[in-house]
Amino acid sequence: MLELHRISKSYPGVDALRGVSLVVGAGEVLGLVGENGAGKSTLIRIVSGAERPDGGRIEFGGETAAFASPAEARERGIAVIHQELSLVPQLSVRENLFLGAGWSRRGIVRRRWEEREARRLLGLLELDIDPDARCSELSLGARQAVEIAKALALEPRLLILDEPTAALSPREARALLRQVRGVARRGAAAIYISHRLEEIEAVADRVAVLRDGELVRSIDRHEPAGGGDRRLPLDRDALIEAMVGRSLSMEFPPRLPQAIGEPRLEVLGLSAGSRVRDVSFDIRRGEVLGLAGLVGAGRTEVARMISGAMASDGGEVRLDGRRLDLRSPRQAIRSGICLLPEDRRGQGLVLSRSARDNFALPNLDRFRRWRGLVDRRREGRAFSRWREQLDIRLSSPGQRAATLSGGNQQKVVIARWLERGARVVLCDEPTRGIDVGARYEIYEWIRRIASEGKSVLLISSELEEVLGLSDRVLVMHEGRIRGEIADPASADPAGVLRIAAGIDRSEGPSVA
Amino acid sequence: MPEDVGESAAGRWRRKLLDLLSRNLSVVVLALLCLISSVATWREQNPITSRSGAAVARQVLEACPAPCSVLVVARDTEADRVFARAIEEGLDDSGVRIAGRVFGQPRDVRLELERLAGLDGSLDAIATHRIASDWGPVRSAGARVFSPRSYYWPTFLTPRNLLNVVNQNADIAIIALGMTLVILTAGIDLSVGSLLALAGVIAAVAAQEWFGGAAASPAGLLAAMLLGVAAAALGGLLSGTMVTAFRVPPFVATLGLMMLARGLALILAVGHQRRLVGGGAEGTPEAVRVDATAFAWLGNGAVLGVPNPIVLMLVLFIAAHVLMTRTMFGRYVYAVGGNVEAARLSGVPVTAVLLAVYCLCGAFTGLAGIVDASRFEGGRPNAGELYELQVIAAVVVGGASLAGGRGRIAGTLIGAMIIAVIQNGLNIAGVASYEQKVVFGALILGAVLLDRLQPKIASRRARMTRGSTPTPVQ
Repeated sequence: MLELHRISKSYPGVDALRGVSLVVGAGEVLGLVGENGAGKSTLIRIVSGAERPDGGRIEFGGETAAFASPAEARERGIAVIHQELSLVPQLSVRENLFLGAGWSRRGIVRRRWEEREARRLLGLLELDIDPDARCSELSLGARQAVEIAKALALEPRLLILDEPTAALSPREARALLRQVRGVARRGAAAIYISHRLEEIEAVADRVAVLRDGELVRSIDRHEPAGGGDRRLPLDRDALIEAMVGRSLSMEFPPRLPQAIGEPRLEVLGLSAGSRVRDVSFDIRRGEVLGLAGLVGAGRTEVARMISGAMASDGGEVRLDGRRLDLRSPRQAIRSGICLLPEDRRGQGLVLSRSARDNFALPNLDRFRRWRGLVDRRREGRAFSRWREQLDIRLSSPGQRAATLSGGNQQKVVIARWLERGARVVLCDEPTRGIDVGARYEIYEWIRRIASEGKSVLLISSELEEVLGLSDRVLVMHEGRIRGEIADPASADPAGVLRIAAGIDRSEGPSVA
Repeated sequence: MPEDVGESAAGRWRRKLLDLLSRNLSVVVLALLCLISSVATWREQNPITSRSGAAVARQVLEACPAPCSVLVVARDTEADRVFARAIEEGLDDSGVRIAGRVFGQPRDVRLELERLAGLDGSLDAIATHRIASDWGPVRSAGARVFSPRSYYWPTFLTPRNLLNVVNQNADIAIIALGMTLVILTAGIDLSVGSLLALAGVIAAVAAQEWFGGAAASPAGLLAAMLLGVAAAALGGLLSGTMVTAFRVPPFVATLGLMMLARGLALILAVGHQRRLVGGGAEGTPEAVRVDATAFAWLGNGAVLGVPNPIVLMLVLFIAAHVLMTRTMFGRYVYAVGGNVEAARLSGVPVTAVLLAVYCLCGAFTGLAGIVDASRFEGGRPNAGELYELQVIAAVVVGGASLAGGRGRIAGTLIGAMIIAVIQNGLNIAGVASYEQKVVFGALILGAVLLDRLQPKIASRRARMTRGSTPTPVQ
């Protein structure tokens, strides 16, 4: 159905895809796995017409395809289901199913036909959903299923699902996987992307592993004799080996000789619904504690609760033995707990304001003269001091934050907390979207912050980063801490990934 | 890092100029409007002022040296009396004799001429202004008539007119300062027109009924006015509470308050009227008159020739400007408007900031309300209708973004002046009020369109800039 020949794509500074060739046949589900940044999303964007490849050839349904836009790809029969839902919550299921153009007769809704067709589509997926129910009243799983039905209404020849189960409960996820198999049985091709290996095992006929923009492994699970829906078991260990690879290509600054001191931050039984369950750990003075896990494992929620950004259901946080009342980020910041949020542009910076204003925002009380007047000289001096130390590249301190590169934006946020004199720094994906050069500088700063006796919590989806930078690593899976790695420098990445994927419970001799 | 690699000096200057223009577009627009208004109102000027009176006196002295007797003719108005006094002062100690003075109609001139003829004194000259010099009795008196030479000058650009323009729009400008804060947080306040009326009525009722009416002391009047301002601030606080604690969209919260405050103003005015007339008389929503004359000082008095509302507006403008550019609070407002989540995670007390912003907007509106009440010597329950739209227009024309985070106090002041100048220019040019509405509508649409287009222009500019600089190597 779909054939990719030597597709390549590069962005400034990154080769996102390097000559990837793939084949997906009719009636087949291809599982696509790989770590963050391996090139999965780029591949999907190219196949769905959102981006054009720099090189290579796409064949779809036997002819060469060069889609100019997602709309064109959709017309040719490629449907994409994203992690985020695209339903209008106020409309009914039926109205959502036929929301796009082309279903009406000269602009007049064909209600009877729609009702019949909606029942047929929902029936195909064996869904017991009332076509007249409002989408806002449906569970997330049901909504995801409606999303698939909506895609099926177009009778696609290729269905692409990008992390479709991220928001679903296990039962809903299982139902969704059945539906994907059903789609394949009816002769369409499907590409299924997921971090969850058990889902891949349940749904995929073949599995392709991407790493650093290359197709490193392809596993065919078809029974040699052609046994219908029966497939060979998946060798998950081999898959994980392939995903992690052996190349520790990244360089990390050396761990400075330092004394890791007393526990500074203690987290006891922290919980948030089903997303974080009874998480306890401590971070010592001068320690970088890594938090590894898959997307959605609850790591970000842990950091947000500690920093007061999100309310917890239970548990407590102690700083230097004193229990903290974390009702707002303001209080956390006052106690010296500072967060580098994962979404730098959406949560870290006020993009319309200058770099200096963003630096000063939580520190204005330090530059206060009288009656809330800001001492701009002192503010400017403090900023230029950190600007020099962190090597923040600006045309002027007044340059708008929106126009800074990712690395410089992150440095502004780091400078802000260093000026604040943070005692605990929570780094959530500190190098996401940052190029290699600036990355190293940020690594250095994380080490340096720790060597000054502060405590650092490091969350990263890049395993090499967590292992290379942390003094100790905790692994989370589905809201719980499932393992502790005491010596990350010599740990086996595949083993960590197995814990994160929920296959193993702990790693090596240093069981928590 | 050199910033100007691969760009010619001329190109750089052109970009800088374009940059400056687009950043200060509203100033350019205001200047253009003033120019247009000036050209359109290029008229023959015959001012009746002390200066023109002195000029006439000089003419008389040159053409008709002492001994010489002069009749001063003017109408019975304030300006004419000032004019006449200036003539007499100019002729003082020169030996020129003032034979008589007329303040009135042509008929009064005739009577005075008859009286002078009866006195057997010769009359050499009549000193008057342009209008009276055309009167029949003046022309046929047989004496030389002196009047100030007329000259050409834009009526728009006369000091009187300019002060007038600003004075009449001072209340809009004052409210617009508060509205700027609200709009900076991506909110809106529709209640300002009603709060203005409520503040005025409360101040008037308080002055009349609680602080002694005609006998009210200055302190009592001040207390009454403060009460009005406090009521409006309280109204703002109510909006702020709805917006923050109950997450009601600002549009809806302030729409509710708009009706509520208007109703309260009417009820208070009618109640006052009933108490005035007594018994079960039918109350009417008339203005609540304040008898204490000092009440009118704020709206009608002047400091060094500058009307008080303008003085108040300038003081508030400077205060608001300092607040927004130099204080923590100002930074917080911009941060909340620019990215509320980033502000919260940076420790900004978002709720408190929003409450303060709505409360301040109410207080500014209250101040405008007492200016209005003072100007009309009473609280008018129907004052300020549709003001909210004019105020929002002023803020938007001044360059603030309704999406929040972008806008300046100085821009708002200029926006308010742009609207005032257009209104005034159209009035002087004799454009009817219906056509004026069309012009205003087009203006607001234009401003909003510009606001929408600005990100595109900015991104194009950024692309230009980036194109000319090598990507920073990190």
